[in-house]
Amino acid sequence: MNKFSWFEAKTVDEALEQVNATVSEVLTTKAPDQPAVFKSGGIDLLDLMKEGLVEPQKVINIKNIPGLDTISYIQKSGLKLGANVTLAQMEANTDIKEHYKALHQAVAHAGTPQLRNMASLGGNLAQRTRCWYFRSLDHQCLRKGSGTCFARNGENEFHAVIKNGSCSSVHASSVATALLAFGASVEIAGPNGKQRTVPMQDFFVSPGDDSSKECILESNELITAVIVPPVSSKTKSFYIKQGARESYDWAIADVAVVLQMSGRNCKNAVVALGAAAPVPIVSDAASAALKGKEITEQSAEESAEASMKGATPLSKNAYKVPLFKAIVKRAILQTT
Amino acid sequence: MDTKKIKLPYGIPGHNLSEIEREIPANEPPAWPVNEDLKVVGKSVKRADAFAKVTGFAKYTSDIQLQGMLYGRMLRSGYPHAKIRSIDTSAAEKLDGVYAVHVFKNLVGMAQPQTDGNSSEYPDVKFAGQPVAGVAAITIEIAEEALKLIKVDYEYLPFVVDLEEAQRPEAPIVFKTNVEQEDSGGGGGGQRGLKTVGNVRGPSTSSFFGGPRGDLEKGFKDADIIVEHTYRTQVHTHCSLETHGVVVDWRPDDVTIYASTQNTNNVRHEFAEMFDLPKSKVRVITEFMGGGFGAKHSLGNFGVMAGYLSKKSGRPVSMMLDRKEEHISSGNRPNSIHYLKIGAKKDGSLTAIQQKSHGTAGVGLGAGVGRIAQVMYECPSFTTEQYDVFTHAGPGAAWRAPGNVQGAFGLEQAIDELAEKLNMDPLAFRDVIDKSEVRKVERRQGAEKFDWSRRKKPGSDPGVVKKGFGVAQSTWPRFVNLNSTVEIRAYKDGAIEVRSGVQDIGTGTKTVLAQVVAEELGMKADDITVRIGDTLFPTGPGSGGSIVTGSITPPARNAAYQLKLQLFDQVAEKLETEPSKLSVADGFIVSKEDNTKKIAIKDALKEMRTEQVTTTASRSDDYGGFKMGSFLAHDDLGSVQFAEVSVDTETGFVKVDKIVAAHSCGRPLNIKQIESQINGGVIQGVSYALYEYRVMDNETGHQMNGNLDQYKLPCSMEIPEIEPIIIEDYAGRSSTDAYGIGEPANIATAVAVANAVYNAIGVRIYELPITPDKVLKALNKT
Repeated sequence: MNKFSWFEAKTVDEALEQVNATVSEVLTTKAPDQPAVFKSGGIDLLDLMKEGLVEPQKVINIKNIPGLDTISYIQKSGLKLGANVTLAQMEANTDIKEHYKALHQAVAHAGTPQLRNMASLGGNLAQRTRCWYFRSLDHQCLRKGSGTCFARNGENEFHAVIKNGSCSSVHASSVATALLAFGASVEIAGPNGKQRTVPMQDFFVSPGDDSSKECILESNELITAVIVPPVSSKTKSFYIKQGARESYDWAIADVAVVLQMSGRNCKNAVVALGAAAPVPIVSDAASAALKGKEITEQSAEESAEASMKGATPLSKNAYKVPLFKAIVKRAILQTT
Repeated sequence: MDTKKIKLPYGIPGHNLSEIEREIPANEPPAWPVNEDLKVVGKSVKRADAFAKVTGFAKYTSDIQLQGMLYGRMLRSGYPHAKIRSIDTSAAEKLDGVYAVHVFKNLVGMAQPQTDGNSSEYPDVKFAGQPVAGVAAITIEIAEEALKLIKVDYEYLPFVVDLEEAQRPEAPIVFKTNVEQEDSGGGGGGQRGLKTVGNVRGPSTSSFFGGPRGDLEKGFKDADIIVEHTYRTQVHTHCSLETHGVVVDWRPDDVTIYASTQNTNNVRHEFAEMFDLPKSKVRVITEFMGGGFGAKHSLGNFGVMAGYLSKKSGRPVSMMLDRKEEHISSGNRPNSIHYLKIGAKKDGSLTAIQQKSHGTAGVGLGAGVGRIAQVMYECPSFTTEQYDVFTHAGPGAAWRAPGNVQGAFGLEQAIDELAEKLNMDPLAFRDVIDKSEVRKVERRQGAEKFDWSRRKKPGSDPGVVKKGFGVAQSTWPRFVNLNSTVEIRAYKDGAIEVRSGVQDIGTGTKTVLAQVVAEELGMKADDITVRIGDTLFPTGPGSGGSIVTGSITPPARNAAYQLKLQLFDQVAEKLETEPSKLSVADGFIVSKEDNTKKIAIKDALKEMRTEQVTTTASRSDDYGGFKMGSFLAHDDLGSVQFAEVSVDTETGFVKVDKIVAAHSCGRPLNIKQIESQINGGVIQGVSYALYEYRVMDNETGHQMNGNLDQYKLPCSMEIPEIEPIIIEDYAGRSSTDAYGIGEPANIATAVAVANAVYNAIGVRIYELPITPDKVLKALNKT
C-alpha cells in the first residue's frame, strides 16, 4: 500500500473542499496527480489500495462527520438512512425489520458481522465491482480504461447474464437490490451547498453508457443519505441471495420482491435483480407479470420466466438463468 | 542385536482381537495392553499448547521480531512465459531503507531440466508469479517500492496453462529437455527417468506396490459387467492460515532460520546444501506452525532469497509470502483427467482394472492419481499409465494424500456404479471385493451410526430439494521414517523434558509425545515438558505421509523406558528389592511384590548422581520387519466415510448435511486430537467436493481467484455435522503401534459426497467441484 496523508473531515462542506477525485477516476487515471478520495467504512477503498489498484495521496475520513449516522423512520414519510449508517445498524433496526423486510434480509446477508460493523451504506452503494479481472493489477480491463473485457470470452461464471454486451461485471451491492425494489433515492451533496436527490435506478450507470464508473457520483459529490418511501400494511416483500457459499459471500444471484397487495391480488409489484446485469435492475417484465394477479405458483412462475426473458448468458454462466428463475419464484411465493 | 520375544495385542477389539508373538530388540519395553487398560494413552488429553494458542502467547514464524530485522519481498513475473534479457537493480539499491537486493540465478521447487538450454544468465520465466529478484528493507512498504524500481527486460513467449491444450502437438513447450524433480520430503516429485514428449512426461506404470499384474485383456473378457468413465478433478491451492515464510538470521558463525515448515530437518538440509554450510552451522526452529497440508516441506525460493538477503545485509530478514503469492507460487494439488475401466463378474468379484491419467502440476512433477486403484480391492489384473503434463502455471506440491484423493474420486464412483449394475448394495459389494478387516468393521459401525437404511433408489426422493446418501472408502499406507530420534532429560528436581527436532504442525504431536512418555513413566501428561521443532534437538521426521506419530512415538516410549530402568537401578537397593521387580504407577516407583515398598519418582530423581540424566532412542525397524524397504509398514490405514447431502434441483446447489467418518490409525493415542484431525480432513474434503478450485485465465495465464475472497473456502454455514468413529486396530509393529490420521481423513470425503449427489438426483457428476452449473447441466436445466 502506498503512503498517504489523512484528513479528518468534520463537516460535509469540509470534506467536499478536500476531495478532488472519485475512486473510479483514480482507477481510470482521470484523476489529478495527487488524488484525494473519501473513506467511510473503508471496506472497498482499503481492498483496492491493498491490491495496488488505487494509490490516493490523501484519504479523507468522512466516517466521523456528525449527523450522517442516524436512521429515522416516520410512517408517513418513510425511512431516512444517513450515509454513514453501518449495515450492522440497519440490521439491528426494528423499524427496518418490521416494515422493510426484504431490505433487512439483504443487509443481514451482506458480508460478515465484522464487515457489517464497519461497512457504511454510502460506501456500499459507491463500491466497485468484484469482477476478478477488474480487481487484478495484471488485467487492464474495459472498466479501467482499456478496450478489452477479459471476462467476455474468459472466466465469466459469476458475471452478468443480462445487458452484458460491453462489460459483463456485476455490481457488488446486494443491499442496492432491495433498496431498488423499495423505490429508494440517494441524496447527494455537491459544492456550494448544492444538493440533488436521485432515484436508485438513475444512480447506477450501465457500462454501455460509461464503462469507467458504476454510479453517477462526481468527484465533488458525497452521498449524504438514502431515502426509502413509506410502506403500508399491504406492502409485502422478500429477498433471496444465492452466493457460492451461504456464509460470507457475494451474490451470484439475488432478488428483492416488493408487492402492494389489495386483498388477494397484487396491485403493484417490483422485482429487482442483483448480479443479473452490470447494475442492479428492476425487471419490468417480471414486475408486470404479477400486476393485478393473485400470487400463486403459476403467476410466480410466469414472473420468474419473464425475469430472464432475453437473457444472453456467456460461455460459463448459463446456469445463472435457471438459478434466477428459481429464486425469483421462491421470493415471490414467500412475500409476507 | 540382542532380542527378546514378547506378545502384543493383535486385531480389532470386539471383532477379532488376539495376541501375536514378535521378536523385538532386547532394550525395548514390553507390550502395552489395549487402550482400555492404559491410563494416559488413548484418552482425550488436553492439547499441550492449547493455552498458548488461544491466548496468543504462541509465537509463529510471522510473529518473530529480531533486533535490526529487515523485511524481504520478491519481484515476480507478471507474464507466464518469457526470457529475461536483462535486469537492472541499481535504482532499487539506491532507495533509502533498502539494505540488500538479490537476483535469482537458479530456482528450486520445480522440475529441473537435465540439460541446460538456457541462453540467458537468468532462469526463463515459466509461470506468472515466478520469482525473479528480491529486496530487503526496513519496512515492507519500502521493500515493495523498491521492487517497482527493478527494471526487467522480458522477451515474451507463447504459453499454455490448460491441461488439455498443453497436450496438443502445437502447444507451446514448457520444458524442451527431460526433467527431474526431487521428492520434497512430503511427496511431490516424480518417478525418475521418464521421457518427456511435448509437454507430456511418462507414463509411470508402477508404484512401490509393484507394476502391472495379471492379464488385462483376459480380465475384461471374463467380466460380466464393465464400467468405464473419465473423471476430472480441479487444481486446489494451499490456504494454510499462516502463509509460507521464514526469518533468516545469518551471523558470522552460524545461521538460524525460523520457518513455517512441516520439516525442520529438510529445511536445514536444503539450506546447508544451497549455501555450502555444514549442517552443524544451520539451526531451524519451528516452535509453532500455522498449518501445512504438504506444501511446506522445503526451503522454497522465498527461503533461498531470505538467505541471500540476510547474508548480504548482515541482518535478519523476515520473508513471509502474502496470500496471492501463496496461491500462485507455493504449491497446489494438481488436477486430473482420470480414465478408469473396471470389470466384474456377476458375483461381484473384480476381474480387471485399467487406469490412465493426465494431470498438471504446472512447472512441477507429481500429478499422478496415486495407488488407490492398485491396492484397495482384490483384483487379479491391473495396469496404470500416469502422465504429468507441464503447463505454464505454478508448481504443484504434495497435498494431504497426494494423488490418492484424485484417484479415489474415480475409483469409488466406479465401484458405486458397479454395485448398482450388479444390483448390490454398495456396502455389500465391498464386503465381497475388500479383504480389509478394519474397513469391514468400519462399514458395519458406520452404517449403523449413519442409518444407511435411509438410502433409497437413486433420484427417488420427491420434491425440489432431494436428499441423497453415499459411501466411499480409502486406504493409506503406514509409512515410517527411521530418522526419528527422541531425547529425554530427567532433572534432579523431578522435571522430565522430551526433545526432538520433529515439529508439531498443529496436529498435536507435542501432546502425544507427552502422553506416551507419561504412560511409560507412570506420570500425567501435564508432568512432561515437550520441546520440539528445533534442529538443535535430535533429528525428527518431516510431517508428511501421516508418518510422524508412527515414527516418533515408539522412540519416545523407548527412551522413557530406558530412563525408567535407570531409575529402577538407582532405587532398588533402597527399596530392598531388585530392579526387575519394580514398576511405576501414579507418580511412584513401586515394588511389584509389596506395594508398601515405593518411592515417588520425584524423590527417586533426587537420588541421581548427576543433575541431569539423558536417554536417547531412535526408531527401530518395525517388529516383524517392513513390507518394503525401511519406510513401508505392513497393513494399511482404512477408512469408510458416509455422506448425506441435499441437492436443490432448481438452483443446482449442493449442501452436505452430514458425514460419518470411520477411521483406523493403529493404536489411537489421543481421541480428541484424532477427532479434530478427522474434522479437518472432512471439511477439506467437503471443500474439494463443492467449493474450491483455481480459476485460471487461459488467455492471460493468470490465476483469477488468488485471494481468500474469490477462492471459496468453506465457512461455518458450509460445514456439515461430522461424526467420527475411531477403530482400534492393533498390529504389534512397534512399542506404541500407533499411526497417523492426517491424510486418511481427507481421501474419501469428496467421492462419498459425489456418490450421495448421484443417489439424490440419479445422474452422476464426473467432475469436481460439484458446482451448480454442473448439477443443472446434469439435470438438463441449462
